[in-house]
Amino acid sequence: MDRFIWANGLLEINETLVIQQRGVRLYDGDEKAKFDMGTLLLSTHRLLWRDAKNHECCIAIPLSQIVFFEEQAAGIGKSAKIVVHLHPASANREPGPYQSSPYNYIKLSFREHGQIEFYRRLTETMTQRRWERVPASQLIQPTNTSQAGRTRAVGIVGIERKLEEKRKETDKNISEAFEDLSKLMEKAKEMVELSKSIANKIKDKQGDITEDETIRFKSYLLSMGIANPVTRETHGSGTHYHLQLAKQLAQILQTPLEERGGMMALTEVYCLVNRARGMELLSPEDLVNACKLFENLKLPLRLRIFDSGVMVVQLQSHNEQEMITSAVDNVSDKGSLTAEELAKLLGISVLLSKERLLLAEKMGNLCRDDSVEGLRFYPNLF
Amino acid sequence: MSFEWPWQYNFPPFFTLQPNADTRQKQLVAWCSLVLTYCRHHKIYTLDVMEAQESPIFNNKKIERKLPTDAVQIIFEELRKKGNLEWIDKNKSRCLIMWRRPEEWGKLIYQWVSKNGMTNSVFTLYELSNGDDTVKEEFHGLEEWMLLKSLQALQLEQKAEIMALNDSKGVKFF
Repeated sequence: MDRFIWANGLLEINETLVIQQRGVRLYDGDEKAKFDMGTLLLSTHRLLWRDAKNHECCIAIPLSQIVFFEEQAAGIGKSAKIVVHLHPASANREPGPYQSSPYNYIKLSFREHGQIEFYRRLTETMTQRRWERVPASQLIQPTNTSQAGRTRAVGIVGIERKLEEKRKETDKNISEAFEDLSKLMEKAKEMVELSKSIANKIKDKQGDITEDETIRFKSYLLSMGIANPVTRETHGSGTHYHLQLAKQLAQILQTPLEERGGMMALTEVYCLVNRARGMELLSPEDLVNACKLFENLKLPLRLRIFDSGVMVVQLQSHNEQEMITSAVDNVSDKGSLTAEELAKLLGISVLLSKERLLLAEKMGNLCRDDSVEGLRFYPNLF
Repeated sequence: MSFEWPWQYNFPPFFTLQPNADTRQKQLVAWCSLVLTYCRHHKIYTLDVMEAQESPIFNNKKIERKLPTDAVQIIFEELRKKGNLEWIDKNKSRCLIMWRRPEEWGKLIYQWVSKNGMTNSVFTLYELSNGDDTVKEEFHGLEEWMLLKSLQALQLEQKAEIMALNDSKGVKFF
């Protein structure tokens, strides 16, 4: 009890009250002290006790004096206690109620309960060690070891706190940023709804809007990436762009098709055309749409889709039956052929040679042999 | 006399189920006939599906081709539709192969019966299939279930009647 000093019960500038509890008696070691009924106050810096009857009587002990503390459970006729072990009293302390004490610990007896909460808050406060946060100017003072220890602790705590703050900042920034995104998504949804409704209106009022406007609007929709139902249904009318494109393709592809025996896979066409154009490349979609218009425009090319889904461009003059016959002849010559072998033989791509073989099989001229070795075609002897 | 394989047996495409409908039809006909002739030659009356898949019928080691399971099932189904096959169990793991249909057997038996003037007589089943008198006949050695089916077919034509004799069965021809 000799570590306690007289206090006026007022809190310092940086000090805040944490918790207070009535009905506490103080013990010096195991002996009852003359402070038997009062209010125990815990602040961020000190432990204070004020007499219940005499409010002027107030004593305090700095929390830095506390080494450690523990709970002592209540017994029969005994209240629960907190035992507080203390550092030795410093020689130059201020006057207190006890000049000296044989004990290095005191007990706080909670005669009106409340020890659990008090213990918890005391633990918290002791962990935080707020009394060690000395203002910056004082940090530069010459240090003895104990003070140096305290400064280092401040540094770490300070750094931890800064990190925590930074984390909170980042969190806030991220959620703000995503707020914009979710707003954008909502707007986009509205846009899509709007364009769909306009497209529908166009469909309904087909006669009232001029061709030009319709085409212009359709191209806007296309550029926004919305597939327009109108072009699919009104099969004949494509956009001007596709029409022109189809004519241009027919010109470009005439020679290459003849070189390749009249048929080219759409992927080959895509590569060829884009390589030729250099700039202003075609998208696959545009290419397909343009190719679909060949027949309408009475161009000498055709877009053909096989059963397997492969799409080719072939010359009008391309003779189907000839292809089949030649394929069958080749197979009969060699006894049996795979698609790869036929491709090598004829100098065409594997894809196209496979299509030919499949076609011949469909016509009943060939039959297949499917095994672990691969797919082979034989003349149909069945 | 060893079994003679048809030309298709050595034709690799025979072991691939043909996608072309017409070709497939011809292929299946050839397979059905192969199965039946094989079973007839080796006097096989029942087939276990698993064993059959490994047997030489569907497995030609010489050209390293094996008919896949689903194709085998299709062939069995074809045979069943034509009346040459009957499943013994629900799981379709074993079946009876009737390379001659019950009606055809019935006809043969009846022919023999009438040829020998034995109409209106009663025979036990055993007599028919294993009796000394029938040794030269094709239906000699016919398994009982097959014999029974054939007689049932005749019964439907009212040319025979199956009856119980003590603890075995017998038949009377008309």
